[in-house]
Amino acid sequence: MPQVTINRRVFEKLVGKKLSDEELKDRISMIGTDLEEVNDKEIIVEIFPNRPDMLSEQGFARAFSTFVGASKGISRFKIKDSNEQMIIENSVKNVRPFTACAIIKGMKFNDEKIREVIQIQEKLHITYGRNRKKVAMGIYPYEKIKPPIRFVALKPEEIRFVPLEYDREMNGRQILTTTSTGKEFAHLLEGLDKYPVFIDSEDKILSMPPILNSHETGKITEKTKDVFIECSGFDYYTLSKCLNILVTAMHDMGGEIYSMDLVYPDTKKTSPNLSPSKMKLDYKYINRVLGLDLTKNDIEGYLEKMGYGIESKNVLIPCYRTDILHPIDIVEDVAIAYGYENFEAVIPNVSTVAAENPFEVFKRRISTLLAGLGYIETSSYHITNCEQLKQKMNCENNFVALANALTSEYDTLRSWMIPSLMAVLANNKHYEYPQDIFEIGTIFKKGNTETGVIENDRLAICLCGEDRNYTKIKQVMDYIFSNLGKEYSISETEHGSFIEGRVGRVSYKGKDLAYMGEINPIVLDNFEIQMPVAALELNLTELFKLIK
Amino acid sequence: MGEGKNNCGDSDNNTGVNVNILVRKLNKHEIAVLPFIKERSEYRDIAERAEISPTAVMRALQWLSNKQLVVLKDESKELIELGSNGKNYAKDGLPEKRFLKQIKGRTPIEEIDLPKDEINVCIGTLKKKAAIEIYKDNGLEVEITDAGKKLLEKDSLEELFIKGNFPKEIRSLSAEEKFAFDNLSKRKDIVISVLDKKTYALLTDLGKKVIAHGLPKGDMIETLTQGMLKDGSWKDKEFKRYDISINVPKTQGGKRHFVNVAIEYARRIWLDMGFKEMTGPMLQTSFWNFDALFTAQDHPVRELQDTFYIKNPENGKLPGERYVRNVKAVHENGGDTNSTGWMYKWDEKNAMKNVLRTHTTVLSAQTIAMLKESELPVKYFALGKCFRNETLDWSHLFEFNQTEGIVVDPNATFPHLLGYLKEFFKKMGYPKARFRPAYFPYTEMSVEIDVMHPVNKKWMELGGAGIFRPEVVVPLLGRDVPVLAWGPGFDRIIMEDYEITDIRDLYKNDIKQLRNMKMWMR
Repeated sequence: MPQVTINRRVFEKLVGKKLSDEELKDRISMIGTDLEEVNDKEIIVEIFPNRPDMLSEQGFARAFSTFVGASKGISRFKIKDSNEQMIIENSVKNVRPFTACAIIKGMKFNDEKIREVIQIQEKLHITYGRNRKKVAMGIYPYEKIKPPIRFVALKPEEIRFVPLEYDREMNGRQILTTTSTGKEFAHLLEGLDKYPVFIDSEDKILSMPPILNSHETGKITEKTKDVFIECSGFDYYTLSKCLNILVTAMHDMGGEIYSMDLVYPDTKKTSPNLSPSKMKLDYKYINRVLGLDLTKNDIEGYLEKMGYGIESKNVLIPCYRTDILHPIDIVEDVAIAYGYENFEAVIPNVSTVAAENPFEVFKRRISTLLAGLGYIETSSYHITNCEQLKQKMNCENNFVALANALTSEYDTLRSWMIPSLMAVLANNKHYEYPQDIFEIGTIFKKGNTETGVIENDRLAICLCGEDRNYTKIKQVMDYIFSNLGKEYSISETEHGSFIEGRVGRVSYKGKDLAYMGEINPIVLDNFEIQMPVAALELNLTELFKLIK
Repeated sequence: MGEGKNNCGDSDNNTGVNVNILVRKLNKHEIAVLPFIKERSEYRDIAERAEISPTAVMRALQWLSNKQLVVLKDESKELIELGSNGKNYAKDGLPEKRFLKQIKGRTPIEEIDLPKDEINVCIGTLKKKAAIEIYKDNGLEVEITDAGKKLLEKDSLEELFIKGNFPKEIRSLSAEEKFAFDNLSKRKDIVISVLDKKTYALLTDLGKKVIAHGLPKGDMIETLTQGMLKDGSWKDKEFKRYDISINVPKTQGGKRHFVNVAIEYARRIWLDMGFKEMTGPMLQTSFWNFDALFTAQDHPVRELQDTFYIKNPENGKLPGERYVRNVKAVHENGGDTNSTGWMYKWDEKNAMKNVLRTHTTVLSAQTIAMLKESELPVKYFALGKCFRNETLDWSHLFEFNQTEGIVVDPNATFPHLLGYLKEFFKKMGYPKARFRPAYFPYTEMSVEIDVMHPVNKKWMELGGAGIFRPEVVVPLLGRDVPVLAWGPGFDRIIMEDYEITDIRDLYKNDIKQLRNMKMWMR
């Protein structure tokens, strides 16, 4: 979750109310953000991903102000018409089809404001903009630009400008291979034969979204008064919301918002659109979900506390809110305004019957039985590596591999259990013997299921010590089956992990369920274990089905 | 326990030790040795008199000393004894004296009856004392001088020394004796010094009392045997009393894994609260793990750095058409839910991707999809491993335990959720809980639970909860019924209880750790 650092003095001025550290801490947690730190100068908070509008000092203060009662209801934003045009050409259609723009005038930039604007832009890029994939934003000194502006796609070689903070001209391809932002975001333009650019009426390239601005027309300084803002991406709704968040924050910094006309090949739009959207208020629904008995007035009051407006049975949703999809979202804001701490915790008088999964019960009984034999239960990772499953065990095996493992040590799902127990024995060589261990765990094999993978729970036992031999492990198998009141049959088999002639295939009701035998010294060598091991592996999932 | 306070024996008034009980704690060696200890006895003397080996006596004395019946004192003296040459010389006189005696005028050296090596030593010694004159004109000849004759008249200091009584104590030598001893020490095997170590046992007052009380006669029972029980012979004998505080060797037993024990505890809580267990695969399609839970296909949690995807089989099958259609609609435009949805084009292929489940909530989604209206209200829980693509370090594991519960109840409300949570965490051992607003893509009301740590009195974040969004419930169940859900991560509680600070220690499978891990006590 993104962390936002807020200047406490600016924040208090914006909120219009001073709060003690304790009040601040409490209220910030209860509005639905994670408080990290409060000191004399700064407030550091983590903003949940559903509230990108709170990623700026201004947005956060706006929400907080109504929440603590310093102000009330929906914020209105004046918007003037700039009469300037943004022309979106057909060429961007398959490259980066949409943009929404605005002009902000009268910004009195200083160091801190510049930093603040860059912070909002950065945080929005990372979160709501999905690392510029969904939305990229550009902010430009308006004085350096001659509208109308065009949004076009050009061949990389045709794009030539001096990138921001560089001193020489580059073409589109060079920008992707030389500049640091270019390298970072080159994947977003991968495979395209044309890259999108904003160009003004004097054919100056303003920027190449979603990569970077031009040094000449794309650098905000303390002298900048008016700015041009664009958001570009693939979904007009998303980027118009993003634009709203940015322009309302700049409005609260003291700027005046001017709209622009967007001329698409087939339609015309005006951006930004800062008018609130409406949703019908269902008072009953709110009370039902919250288990409360609030009056119409109460509910409207709570909504105003959360920065909403009310207009004859409708709730007015501020233009910067991106998280209101369903009336339930309004319900939640009523709950937050009411205060989670003020709800009574009630256990309803509803009768339901508890039930444990019978297979879980079965597994627990088997574990208890084995612990009673003096064996130690282990617990290993489901993720292992194919060397351990196959080469080290001297056998063939098919298994399910991960697509994006971080290390080769953990890149495969275990296909049987004994290798995990062998690894445990290998790690415990410095302790006294005998070491008798067991584990019940899930293994993964390809098979005919919804995912194409079958999961089974298997019991593995490894008895390790001077006299741990076939007799000992067969005694255990006998013990398990006699405790189940069942009899198994056994046949000779071959398995590379076991000593030839000392390995048995165990079946029950005609179904092969287990191997047991003495571990092959080749395998012991591979694990560097200098002590005999007798082992068994029993498919409990199948066994349980058969005896039930 | 005041030893023997309640016993009707003759208690020692000063120490409070019951002599009667003490006597019965004595083993047979102690009993054998005690009568031979006088005021002050050397252990070898005791051994001789008691006819027991000195090592057995020494061991018995040490036990007696632990029981404060005797005090042991070590004394060591350096003693001088005569060596094999010394013993001969004491009898025959020193070789130089015998040398001098044999000289008659000028005497050829061959005529002197002494071993050759001694002759050489004598010539050197006597020459130095000017007791002889040596001539080499006619072979080697010697002649006694006046000084030599004087020497013959009386015994030298050395002669006096070796003729004395042995052993002599070094500390008590006179100056002359010391001089003689030093000279003799330089010569071969005349005197030797030995360290004489003696251990004396001194009876304490308590020891005297024990002896006065009288030592047990006949055998006491050391080990009760089958034979004694059969023939009843134990009835005539007394049992030896044991030192019950003695250190005994450690015993080892079989044990369940401590994490599994904790999981059983959580299972117990859910059952106590009337929940039914749900289980299911760890490998799931994205459809169930994400899409059914209204997690947009471009949500960061679905990215490669957070979720484990499968190489082969990369994709699974989608479930019944109804679910796919409903889920697709809800993502794209809200479907039948009154929601706007996420407003993007939902991709079936993306939903087919196999993943290792990132939460047990996937089981909740599948359970809801299988529910019939007539079954409501129902309560379900799950316990299981979940996965996240993370590098292993002290605070991160790629596998974690989650426990999850849902209540599907047409009459459920937000206060019910808080009620269940309070009760659940109380049973978990945290009687004080508070709730804060939070965000999860599939719940609205979303709640973060903090519990008051019972020891360090600080709030501790223990997990998320909420009411499933209609966008989750409606496509799966067919209508909007409140589903209360909570899924606290469980490993933190497990680590807390077992005092584990490195999360990897949960699964390091160190046999010593597994054997010694304390019991789960909640």
